[in-house]
Amino acid sequence: MLRNRLRQPQAKWVLVLLSLVPFAYLCAGVYFNNLGPNPAEYLIRASGDLTLRFLCITLLITPLRILTQWPEWLLFRRSLGLLTFFYACIHALCYSLLDMSWAWDEIAQDIVKRPFIAVGVAGMLLLTALAATSFNAAVKALGAKRWRQLHRAVYGIAVLAILHFFWMRATKRNFDEVWLYAGILGVLLGFRVFHFTKRSLWKVS
Amino acid sequence: MLIRTHQDGFIHPLSSEITSPEAYATRRQLLRQWTAGAAAAGLSGWAQREAFAQGGGVAAKLAALPATQSQIQGAMTMEKLTSQQDATTYNNFYEFGTDKSDPARKAHTLKTSPWSIEVEGLVKKPTRYNLEDVMKWGAMQERIYRLRCVEGWSMVIPWMGYSMSDLIRRVEPLPSAKYVEFITQADPQTMPGLRGGYLDWPYVEGLRMDEAMHPLTLLTFGMYGEVLPKQNGAPVRLVVPWKYGFKSGKSIVKIRFVEKQPVVSWEKAAPQEYGFYSNVNPKVDHPRWSQASERRIGEGGLLDKKRKTLMFNGYEAQVASLYAGMDLVKNF
Repeated sequence: MLRNRLRQPQAKWVLVLLSLVPFAYLCAGVYFNNLGPNPAEYLIRASGDLTLRFLCITLLITPLRILTQWPEWLLFRRSLGLLTFFYACIHALCYSLLDMSWAWDEIAQDIVKRPFIAVGVAGMLLLTALAATSFNAAVKALGAKRWRQLHRAVYGIAVLAILHFFWMRATKRNFDEVWLYAGILGVLLGFRVFHFTKRSLWKVS
Repeated sequence: MLIRTHQDGFIHPLSSEITSPEAYATRRQLLRQWTAGAAAAGLSGWAQREAFAQGGGVAAKLAALPATQSQIQGAMTMEKLTSQQDATTYNNFYEFGTDKSDPARKAHTLKTSPWSIEVEGLVKKPTRYNLEDVMKWGAMQERIYRLRCVEGWSMVIPWMGYSMSDLIRRVEPLPSAKYVEFITQADPQTMPGLRGGYLDWPYVEGLRMDEAMHPLTLLTFGMYGEVLPKQNGAPVRLVVPWKYGFKSGKSIVKIRFVEKQPVVSWEKAAPQEYGFYSNVNPKVDHPRWSQASERRIGEGGLLDKKRKTLMFNGYEAQVASLYAGMDLVKNF
């Protein structure tokens, strides 16, 4: 049943539309001005949260595929990756526009001076590289093997994202959510390590 | 010999200069309306807050706290007030949670009566005083202060209280007392944030004696013409306008006079990020963000540039002499 649904071409568009609901919610919040006393802060935090959530959902695809043995899940991986990139762009845009008012010299200083910002920028650059090579033509141009190697950078992005979030929350000394996301990403990455090392051991023997 | 009678215009102001009783009686309402920009917007926002504070039940206004305008230098900024709605729903009060909407939602459990303040340490006679008595030790004044949070946002708030120095003189500290420590309420029954373990409770703040004695340092009992709402540190808090907001402890239960500089809560939690002095200083950055500018809550649109942060939060003329010759980078 579900598997058949996943195969339908509309499925991907349903996913994209659902994923843009939070974006629409933020836009409505800006339009009706009901994002609380500090809307700029709200937008920066909400877009960061959404980026983390979409990163987790994207990294859930491979474990789902392996556990259910349904290759159909892969149809959604690229869309989810690009949605993660989309929310990361909103996050970066909110920071540079609402917090820094496009002052490039100040943004540059901020990156050099503050590891927390530098880590975020590094993650953003890696994510941009992956989004830029997400098209079929790019896979062909790079060759499947090199493309796959490049796209393993998503694990690095996950680590950078958690570090960025941890440093941000260090002010509040409230790490509950940091550990939650670190736990989820840890399980998702741990699953891969466990699965693929097991498989390669089999190959050897 | 010049004989002055009560009819002398020289001694008495012209009757046209005297504020009418009606205008005087409604001055706070006027302030509130200005605050929100338009009368209609002001009143609806205010009504919302009332409904919010009461969980949608019967609207009950907090008790009024009469006060006269302060005559102290720098105590009445002319800047536009932050709306009461924003000032009472966007708070840092970790005893009720770390989210800025937590205090307004959760602080209703705080029990503010009976309340007493214990004065201890290097004083002539350590005593526990009832809040009602402490409130009578000084003439209640209204002061409009800028509030700059270390996180990079600011507000303008009308507070009610009297100079901390009035209390200090009353309790007679010994000459050996060099610092004052403020210990705030830490009751796990009524303060859910204590379970979070974000800080070592109780929250402790401190000032050097001359800072505590400065007339701008306000022992605060009210804001916006009313007694303090619980989320803003009822029933008694400190307001030190030239320092980052966290220096102004809320819901104070103990005042201790000591000889050595106390280690205050944030300094203990993150000594590389928060110092004892924590004076507002645009030139000394927090390790993780710049302190050069600030976002004034409720001011301007989303795309407007932030405003420049002023040295000592704009109270340089009044307080800079306290720190003459001190390295403010080292003593951040």
